[in-house]
Amino acid sequence: MNRPLILRGGRIVDPSQDLDGVADVLVSDGRIEAVGQDIAGPDEAEVLDVSGQVVAPGLIDLHVHLREPGGEGKETIHTGSHAALAGGFTTVWAMPNTDPPIDDPAAVGYLRLAARVARGTQVMPIGAASIGQKGERMTEVGELVKAGAVAVSDDGAPVWDTGLMRRLLEYTQTFGIPVLQHAEDISLAGGVMNEGVVATALGLRGLPNAAESCIVARDIQLAELTGGHLHVCHVSARQSVEQLRLAKEKGLTVTSEVTPHHLILTDEMCRGYNTEAKVNPPLRTEADVEAVAQGLLDGVIDIIATDHAPHTYEEKEQEFDYAPFGINGLETAFGLSMRALVQTGRLTLSGLIDRMSCNPARIMGLEGGALRPGSPADIVVLDPDEKWTVDPTDFRSKSRNTPIAGWELVGRVHRTLVAGEVRFVRD
Amino acid sequence: MSQTRPEFELGKDLVGLEGLSAETITGILDTAEPFKEISERAIKKVPVLRGKTIVNLFYEPSTRTRISFEFAEKRLGADTVNISSSGSSVVKGETLVDTARNLEAMRIDMVVIRHASSGAASFLADRIPSNVINGGDGQHEHPTQALLDMLTIRDRLGRLEGLKICIIGDIVHSRVARSNIFGLRTLGAEVAVCGPRSLIPVGIEELGVSIFNHVEDAIEWADALNVLRLQLERMQTGFIPSLREYNRVFGVTRARLEKAARDTVILHPGPMNRGVEIDSAVADGPQSVILPQVTNGVAVRMAVLYLLAGGKPGGAEAAKQEIT
Ligand SMILES: [Zn+2]
Repeated sequence: MNRPLILRGGRIVDPSQDLDGVADVLVSDGRIEAVGQDIAGPDEAEVLDVSGQVVAPGLIDLHVHLREPGGEGKETIHTGSHAALAGGFTTVWAMPNTDPPIDDPAAVGYLRLAARVARGTQVMPIGAASIGQKGERMTEVGELVKAGAVAVSDDGAPVWDTGLMRRLLEYTQTFGIPVLQHAEDISLAGGVMNEGVVATALGLRGLPNAAESCIVARDIQLAELTGGHLHVCHVSARQSVEQLRLAKEKGLTVTSEVTPHHLILTDEMCRGYNTEAKVNPPLRTEADVEAVAQGLLDGVIDIIATDHAPHTYEEKEQEFDYAPFGINGLETAFGLSMRALVQTGRLTLSGLIDRMSCNPARIMGLEGGALRPGSPADIVVLDPDEKWTVDPTDFRSKSRNTPIAGWELVGRVHRTLVAGEVRFVRD
Repeated sequence: MSQTRPEFELGKDLVGLEGLSAETITGILDTAEPFKEISERAIKKVPVLRGKTIVNLFYEPSTRTRISFEFAEKRLGADTVNISSSGSSVVKGETLVDTARNLEAMRIDMVVIRHASSGAASFLADRIPSNVINGGDGQHEHPTQALLDMLTIRDRLGRLEGLKICIIGDIVHSRVARSNIFGLRTLGAEVAVCGPRSLIPVGIEELGVSIFNHVEDAIEWADALNVLRLQLERMQTGFIPSLREYNRVFGVTRARLEKAARDTVILHPGPMNRGVEIDSAVADGPQSVILPQVTNGVAVRMAVLYLLAGGKPGGAEAAKQEIT
C-alpha cells in the first residue's frame, strides 16, 4: 500500500458537508482518514503542500464515451481514462454504444479489466439496455449488474419503444440501477443541428426541441407508472426542463444531467458549417441555454455530465451532413462550467463541485463525492483562478474535437488522486 | 459608353448571396448586362477567360445548371472539364477533401460545384486556392439562380427595390428560395413565402420574410411570383399528402392569376412539373418570364466567372468590343 499522504494547507471545498475553508487532509490506505487543522499524521507520511489551491472531492462524470472496443481510432479506455484524470474526474461511467455494444457480462468484465490496467480514472461500465442496442429485447440486466454494470442505457440512440422503456423501468428495480435515457423521438429526428433560424439559413435539417421533450414527458409518465429510476441524459431543450420540474415537484425518482456545452454554447456555433459544434442533442438557442442553466441552479437538473464524445480529425473534416455528432469534453468540462456558471456569478465554486461530484455520487448512491473520514480518497486539487487557453493538441484524449479551441478558460485541475494515489499531476 | 458603377468586391468565391453587399449584387447584375448581348451574336465568344481551366464538379445530376455554366465558360473562352457523379471518383468514396486536394494539385483556376450537402461549396472554397462557384449546395444556396431570377425581374419591372416578391412551394428543401431571400432582401425588395406549413422552414420569419398560407393571398400581394418545383419525393416522405391536392390548394393557375388585381410576373427555376405547381397556361402565358430566365442564366454566370477571374466591373463592355 502507498505511504500515508497529507495534503497540507489547501482550501477544502466539500459541499457534501458544507465545508469551505483551509485545512489539511490525511489519506491512508486509499481512504480519507482525517480532515482538520494542522494534522500531524504518522512519521512516514508524505506531505504535499497544496496551499493556495482548492482541494475537493474528485469529479464524477456519469456520461462518457470511451469508444473501446471498436472505436480505438477515436479513444481507448487508456486514453479516455487519462483524459478524465486531467479533467479532474476520479470516476466516469462509460456508455455501452461501442462496437460490439456492451450487452453481455463478458464485455462488462473486459471493460473493468482494461480500466484497471489503464490506471487512469475509475471506469464504471454501463450495460446496454437492449440486446445489440437495437431497442427490441431487454438485455440480461441482472447478469450485467453482477459483472459490474452500474446502469443500463441505449445511449447513442433512445429506448424508443414505449413498452420496452416501461419494462426496463420496472425490471431494473430489482437491481437498484437507473435507466439512462437519450431522449429523442426518432420520428421527429433526422436533423443535424438545432431546428431554428440558423439551420434555416444554413439549409441544414433541424432537430426540434420537441424531439427531446416529447420523450422526456413520456418517460416521466413511465417513471410515475413504474416507480423506476429514470435518468435523463444531456438535457438541452427548455421544454424538457419544464417537464423535469413537474417530475421533481411530484417527487418522482427522476434525475437528469446537462453538459457543459449545453450550458453555454448556442446553435450560432454551427455557422460556417463548423462540424466541431455538431452534437446530439444539438446546441440550441440562448433561451434554452438559459433554461437548462436555471434548471441546474434550481436543482431540477441534478448534475453536470460531459457526454465526452471523441471523434477523429478525419471524421469531423467532412461535409456537415456526414460528420459525426459529438464534442470532446473531459478536459474542458471544469473550465467551461466555471465560465458558464461561476464566472457569471450564478453559482459558487462549492455549488459547482456539488453538481460535478457530490450530486452524481448522491443520485447514484456511489461512494465518493465527499472528503469525509472513511470516504475513498478520490480527490481533485485545482486552481480556480488559473487562466489557461484550450489547446486541443494538449489533450490526453486521443481525439481533439472541440468547438472551444483557443478559448481562454479560468479554473484548472492540477492533481487528481484516485484511492489515495496521485495519478495525475499537471507539469 | 462606360457607366459609372460603385466599386465592389466579390472576393475569391461565390458560395452564396448571404452577406454580400447590395453594391456587390447590383454590380454582378450590371456586369451581366453586356454579356446578354453576346449570346445573340453569330460568334458567341469573348475570350476573357482564354487559358483558364474550369472544372464543373457535379455531385448531383443537373442538366440545366451544368449546361448553362458550360455555355458561359465556353463563351468566355475557358477550357472546361466536367466531372459528374456517374463514372468518376466522385462515386468511388473519395472524400470531398481528397477531391479538393487533387484539384489543387492539377492547378485548376476555377471550380463550379454542385453537391447534395449544404455547406459543400464553402467547405471546398476554404480548402483550395482556386475560385469556387456554388452551383447549388444541398438546401443552402444556389446564388447564380437567384442572380438570374433577380436580373429577369429587373428586366421586366425595371427595379428590385420596393418590389414584392413571393416564393411559392417547397421552401424547406429549396436552395433557390434561400438565395433569393438573401439577395432580394439585401436589394430592398419585400419577400414572402407561400406553401403548406410542412414545407416552410422554422424560423424563416427571422430572416425578414412573411408567410402566406393561401396562394390566392400571395398572388394578390406580389409583383412577381417565383414558383418552385415540387419534388415527387415530398409526397413519398410525407410532407404533403398528394400532388393532386397540392395543385388544387397551391397550384399557380390561370384562374387564380386572373382574379388578381395586377399582372403578376411569373418565374420558375425549372424543370417544371406542369399541372402540379404551375399550369401550362401560366407557364406559357404572357406573364411568364421563364424562358428569359434561361437566357439570363448564361449572362449572369458569364458575369460571375468574369468577375472572379479578376475582370473589372466596367471592363465587360470593353472586353466585348475586342473581337467585334
Ligand atoms: Zn446521448
